[in-house]
Order: sequence, then structure tokens, then C-alpha cells
Amino acid sequence: MGDTQKGFPLPSSIKVVAGTEEAQAAYPYYCQFEPEDDEKFWFYNSMHFPEPMHHFDMITAEAAYVAMGAFNTRVHVLPTAKGVDHRIINGRVYIGGVVVTDPDEIAERVNEFQQRAGYYYENWEDLYAQWKDKMKALIADAQALPSPSLPDYEPVETFQEGDAVPASHDLLKIYQQQVEGYHRMWHHHFEFLLLGYGAYMTFFDFCKKAFPEISDQAISRMVAGMEAEIFRPDEEVKRLARRAVELGVDHHFADNMDIDQVLAELDAVGNSGKDWLGELEDSRNPWFNVSSGDGFYHYHRSWNDDLSLPFAALPGYIEKIKAGEDITRPTEQLIEEREQLVADYRDLLDTDEDRAVYDQLITLAHRVFPYVEGHKFYCEHWYTNLFFNKIREFGRLLLAHGFFGPDGVEEDVFNLTQYELESAIIDLMLAWGVGTTPRGVKHWPGIIAQRKAAIEEWGKHSTPPALGNVPDAIDDPAINMLWGITRENLDSWLDDGSENDKELKGFAACSGVVEGTARVVKSVSEIGRIQQGDILVCQVTNPTWSPIFQKIGAAVSDIGGSMSHMAIVAREYGLPAVVGTGKATTRIKDGQRIRVDGGKGTVTILDEEPVLEDA
Amino acid sequence: MSDAVAWFADVGIADRPTVGGKGGSLGELTQAGIDVPPGFVVTTSAFESFLAALEARDSIRDKVEALDPSDHGAVTKLSEQLRARVMEEPMPTDVEQAIMAAMRELCPDGQPVAVRSSATTEDAEDASFAGLQDTFLWVLTPEDMAMKVRECWGSLYSIESMTYRRKQDFPEEGVAMAVVVQQMVDAKCAGVMFTRSPTTGDKSVITIEGAWGLGSSVVSGEVTPDKWTMGKITGEISQRDISDKHAKQVPAEGGGIVEIELEEPERSSPCLSDDELQGLRAVGRKIERHYGKPQDIEWAVDKQGQILLLQSRPETVWSVKDAEAKPVSAPTDNPMAHVMNIFGGKK
Repeated sequence: MGDTQKGFPLPSSIKVVAGTEEAQAAYPYYCQFEPEDDEKFWFYNSMHFPEPMHHFDMITAEAAYVAMGAFNTRVHVLPTAKGVDHRIINGRVYIGGVVVTDPDEIAERVNEFQQRAGYYYENWEDLYAQWKDKMKALIADAQALPSPSLPDYEPVETFQEGDAVPASHDLLKIYQQQVEGYHRMWHHHFEFLLLGYGAYMTFFDFCKKAFPEISDQAISRMVAGMEAEIFRPDEEVKRLARRAVELGVDHHFADNMDIDQVLAELDAVGNSGKDWLGELEDSRNPWFNVSSGDGFYHYHRSWNDDLSLPFAALPGYIEKIKAGEDITRPTEQLIEEREQLVADYRDLLDTDEDRAVYDQLITLAHRVFPYVEGHKFYCEHWYTNLFFNKIREFGRLLLAHGFFGPDGVEEDVFNLTQYELESAIIDLMLAWGVGTTPRGVKHWPGIIAQRKAAIEEWGKHSTPPALGNVPDAIDDPAINMLWGITRENLDSWLDDGSENDKELKGFAACSGVVEGTARVVKSVSEIGRIQQGDILVCQVTNPTWSPIFQKIGAAVSDIGGSMSHMAIVAREYGLPAVVGTGKATTRIKDGQRIRVDGGKGTVTILDEEPVLEDA
Repeated sequence: MSDAVAWFADVGIADRPTVGGKGGSLGELTQAGIDVPPGFVVTTSAFESFLAALEARDSIRDKVEALDPSDHGAVTKLSEQLRARVMEEPMPTDVEQAIMAAMRELCPDGQPVAVRSSATTEDAEDASFAGLQDTFLWVLTPEDMAMKVRECWGSLYSIESMTYRRKQDFPEEGVAMAVVVQQMVDAKCAGVMFTRSPTTGDKSVITIEGAWGLGSSVVSGEVTPDKWTMGKITGEISQRDISDKHAKQVPAEGGGIVEIELEEPERSSPCLSDDELQGLRAVGRKIERHYGKPQDIEWAVDKQGQILLLQSRPETVWSVKDAEAKPVSAPTDNPMAHVMNIFGGKK
């Protein structure tokens, strides 16, 4: 690069890890870096995609960026920001935003935006009510899609009662409808999101000016909503704990229980056990449709698919209930506390003018809240689960027809891109009709093995946080908001943290200093390893993890901001937490002693430094 | 004469002309239910009656008014002369008896007191107005206390003080001094607290500085204090700077204070626990609410862990700037305009 300015490596200088070239080439052409990309600025989207991407999972990035771009550029017409371009190399997703800098174009877009955003803000509640209906209908459509299957002979009803179109065609129809539905969900996802964030950001901005030293945490607490759907799953676990006590079946639940065995026992012990199982079913639909992650990876399973997480919480909750503790989330009280906070900060303002603006902005922030906090349950959790599970059904079908070889598993389907999966489906449709063996039986096992190896390999290599030269427009507040990066982030990335690699920085989510044993948990199946007082270190901590907050001393995550649900819930539990560290799960080793300072947003690894003994 | 002494519980800010700013403020805090070590004020009327005795022998105020503030030699000479007279002139018997009786009432078991000057004018509270901020710590006997009261009175005739008044052309008539006599806290730690940020003026934070022992080491700047910044409303502690506190000031055996060196681990340990910080925050908020404006507070925590307030005065630096401050955002009918600023790319 030759110039003295500190910069990031150019995209063209990033080499594909040796031996993974074919896996890299298999990603769609439109997300491969090209020479012209050296002119632009890119950053690694570790916030949403912290792990190397399975080929199928790229559909999440793609559908999200299709929808976000369309809304920014063409629907809401944001004045200064269009969409976000994405690329993938070594399994890592880099993104770069398209900024509007021409003053005439900005002026034209301001006009459009004012009308369009104005319509949304004026009709927010009605539009959001409609939105929920749309989203529930979309979920119902996905639930109504049958499991793909191929009979030996088409039943006579196909032509006696139906349209005489055989089952192979349904495979294509189900697949395409499901892909279409996923894209549609992402459009719904972005319909309100940026406008909602904009209202939040405006209040943030005001508070930062009025109170230069106010913490993000304090502002978050003022805008946080208390009644979003996403808090409900944890409440359902508490309800089930209470019912277990009431029905006298609580002794069936113990730490590290075998869940299937417990369910079988309850089914066998008579009415009280069956009653509890009935309660469980009520909770599961729909509230256990929450993902243990952020819904961006196929392996972030829902509670419904893996009951480990809610069941791990039951013994603790049961114990508290039996001790006479009221563990229900005190919504009323939380709202009261929030209102008090809003009023107390208001009192500190000097003038009537400031108080008037403050009132306007907090009112707007509270109006947009239900969407901003609520959409995730419907989009990233419920729908995304349905989507990946439908793809799993195709995995099962292809596995049964030999596509993944004798050692294959249904999850292998996620090693195919969405286009390759469609081609495999058509291969199967052909073979089923022609009466031959699908070509895929020989074609895919080798490729899948190669891709699994590539993903494992990529996971061992770190990747630069950004590529290319930092543009000036990075100081634009809209860009900061939309992309979640700031000049400070970039500067700290450029410093590469070499001055203190024992300390990780993140967002201060909930105050308090705790030292303890780090429990690095990469999936919910490991939840049994968490001991009382451990510090949970995981990629994403969202409210679906909150049932185990009762057990841990502090929480640290790779992903999330001070506005994240995790931060909100951690504050309710009074659990010191640092979120969005970017690399806690890779940097911290399981079992190390660490110190979490949730007020400063720092995590310090204690084991690797000389131990200071108290005299 | 009874008006030589005024107890904290009976005075407030409105009594500044007779009890001075410090005395009025301590009275006000006492009345507001804040834990202030008990005490009384030797009022300006005690001073006036003493001054009358002095003037009867030889003029004082006329000589001060006749001074040329640029004639440093003359100012120095007069200062020495007048301060000596203040120390030597017998105190009117009624005044002396009243203040000694008050001290015996305040300290039935011989508890030590702090003696501090308490000026009656706003200007005199300006920290730059040196010479008027006399403080005598750990004073043990009524006799000694009476001597310190004289020294406080005498500080009105310090070189700095007289030069200042002459430069400002204040009439000497009405220049008076009250003196606060207050039970002394044998502090575990002590320091200051601002109910807004000294660096940004932010009213949503409280800054606390403290060190081991008596607060004099912090106020005088002899020890680098620990420093915390906390959310005034939320209580979250956003900044903790624990310093190397090499020494602390403690009571000396025969009265007064002495500095002792500190050893580890005390010198690098925080002098306040989080609970104490939260306690101080609560007190700071209460005082600020009482006065309706940000405060600059001196506090101490005694050996039993009780938080005591030694002084509170309005914060001055930022409150001047507040008067000129513009609204954070110009008000509009529709909040959309503010949102547009965010999306419109304005910095």
C-alpha cells in the first residue's frame, strides 16, 4: 500500500486457505471478492456471522441483505445510506455499505424519506398490528408445508381426487416456497427495523448531548420495553416449574437429568404427570420456538428441538419456588422503575425546551419499541427455525436416497448451497421418475467431506476485522447505526489489541465485578457443564439463555450490544455482563479464571498472569 | 450576650449575614436531616462586639480603608499590626463565656472540634480569595478553641484579604467574619464529592474523591485521592481510579493533625466500598435536591462507617456556563425533525 496511513489489508491480499480452494469457489459468484473490491472498505461481520459459514447458511446473509438493501435504497429511501454489499472468503462474511455522498441525490432522497418515514411513524401502531398478522400468516404457511417425501407408487387419490401431479413435483414446490418464504420473512424483518432504530438513536443522541457522560446502559434502560414476546419463553419455564410443584411432580427434575427418561416417567406416573406434560405442550407452542442463538446458523437449534436449556433451568426454579420465592418477572415493577428513571433524568434538564424535546423523543422511542424488540421472536427465532427444520427434512430425504453416502447424516444438507440443494432435489426428482439411482449419490459425499474439512480449517484461522481503506463517511451517524461500527471500533481494530491481550473489551451490559471460572459453551448441549457461580462465555446470549442466569455469576458474549435483549435481561437478573467482545469464545479457554467488569465492559483473563496472593 | 452563638439546628442559608456561608450551609443541612457533625457558629455579632472593643482602643476600619493596595510594604506592616492586636486584645467577657460554654455543651466528654472561618460574602467563598479559608483541626480545649476563633477573625486582616478588599473598593463597614465550631470526625476516610462532572459539567454523574484519614489531605492536594465517577440516578460506577495514597492525616496527640506514611496494602486499596459510594451518592442527591442545584461537598466516613457531611456549597464553575448554554436540540412540533437529523447524515 505504500502510504504511511494505518490501514487494513486489501481484499486481494487475503489468500484462500490452502486446500480449501474448491470449498471457497462453491460459494455463489456474486459474493466472491473481485479486483475492484480493493477500492472499497469492508469489515468482517462478526456480529452476525462469527463462525465460518456452511454453504447453505449463506442464504441468511443473502436474504437479509436483499431485504435490507431494498428497504434502505428503494422503500424507505434513506437519505445517506443505501444497502450493504457482502462477500465471503474463507467462510467469513465481509460487508461494505453503499453511501450516498452527492448532495443533490441526498436532497432528493430526503424528500422521499420524509414522506415515507413520516407515514410509518404516524401510523406505527396500526402498521405494526398489521405486521404481526402478516408474520403469523407467513408462519402458518410455512407450518402448512408438508414434509417432502416420495412414495414408491403414487396413490390413486393423486388422480382420482387431485390434480394428478406426482409427489416429485411437490419437492420442488415445497423447497421453492420455503426459500421464497424465507426471503419474505427478511423483508418483513426490515420493514420497521431501521426506522425503529432511528427513533432509538435519536433519543440516544439527545441523551449523549444533554448528559455527556451518561452510559449506554442507562439510556438502554430508559428505552427498553418490558413486554416483548422474547421475554416470554423464560416466563414459561418458570410457569412450568411452578406447575411441577403444584402438581407434586417436581422431584422428577434434577440437575443433569435424562430428559427423555423424565418425560417417560411423567407419562407413566398418572394424571399429575400427564397434566404437567400437557402444560409443557402449551408452553412449547409457540414459546419454545426460540433459538439458542441468533437464528443465523442452522445449528442454533430451538428449545423445541432441544429441550436441554429449559430443562436445565427447571431444578433451580423449582428450588426457589419451594423456598417461597416469587420468581415471576415483575413487569409492572420494571415498568415503574423505567418510568422513574426517565423522570429522574428529565429533572436534570435545564430548560423547558430541553424537557419538551426529551418528552417527544422518549415517547417516540417507546412507541417503536414493541417492534424493535418483538420482531426477533417471529423472524429470527420462530420462522428461521421452521425454515432450517424444513431444510433438515430435505436432508433426511436425500440421506435416505443415498446422497450423503453410507456415513452421512441429515445435517450434511447444509454443506450444499441453496442452488446445489435445488439441483440435488431435481436430480432426485429425475431419478425417482426415470427409475434410476440419483447421480448425486456419487457426486455429493466427496464434496461434503471436503467442505466439512474446509469449515473446520477456516475456524482455526483468524481473519482481519476489516479490509481496505477507511472511508470518511464512517463518521456518519446513520452509518454507525446501520452498520454498528464507529471510528472508535476501527481504531481499536487497527491497534489490534496487542498492548494488552489479557483484556477483552465489549459493551458494558450490566454493572458489577465478578471473578470466576470461565465456562466456554458453544452449544446448548454443553449446558450441563455449567456449575453454580461459573461465568458463562458464549457466542450469543439472548433471552433464551436467561433460564440459566440464576445459576451463573456473570455472562460474556461474542455478540451483542448494550441494547441487546441479553443486556436487558442481565440487568433484570442483576447479572454482571459484558457483551459484544467479538472473540471471548476463541480467546478464553474453558476453566480459566476470569474477571468480568460489567460496568467498564472489560473481561480480564487472570490465569495467564502471575497470581497476586493476598498478604 | 446570647447572639454570639448560634447552633446549627437554628440557622439556615438565609442567616448568611450573621453566620457566614459555611455556617448557614451546615445549619441548612442539619435542618434538612442530613448527618452533619453537631456544632455552632460564633456569629458576626460576636465579631462586631470584639471589633468594637478593638476600635475603642485604636481605629481599625479607617486604617484599612486608607490603604493603597499597591503599596505592599504598607499593607504588610498594617497586617502584622492588626493581626497582633486581634490575638492580644481581651475578648469581651460575654462573648468569651458564651463560646466557651457552647463548646462545653457541644463536647461534654472533651471531644475535639474543628474551627473554620465562615465568610459572609459570596466573593469570599471564591477559592482564589486566599486567607479567608482558615481551618484548624482537632482542637481539644475551649481555651484553644477561643484562640483559633481569634485567628479566624485575624485572617480578615491578612495581606491577601485586605489587598483584595481594597482593590474591589469594598467598604470596611459590614466586613465581618463568622466562625464555625464543629465536633470533629475521626475519619476512616474523607474527601470531596461533586454532584456533576467537573470535566464535562454533566449533571447525570457524581464524582467522588477520597483518601484515608482526615479530608484535609485531599482538600490540600497532598495526597492523590481515589476517584470514582458514578451515575447520579443509576448508581452505576463508570470509573474507578484507585491511586497510590502514600500518606494520611490523623489527629495528633496534643491536638492538631499529623501526617503518617502508609504501607501496603492500605495505600493502594480503595478507601471506600461500593456500599459507601452508594451511601454518599444518596446523600449527595438529597443535598442537591434540597438546594435545587449541583453541589460541591466535603464528606467523611467515621470509624463506625457512618457518612457525615462537613460542608456543601453550590458548584460554581459549570453553573456559570449553564446560564449561556443553548438547548440541546431546538424544539419542534414533530419529533420526526430530530429523527431526520440522524438519518440525514448531519454530524
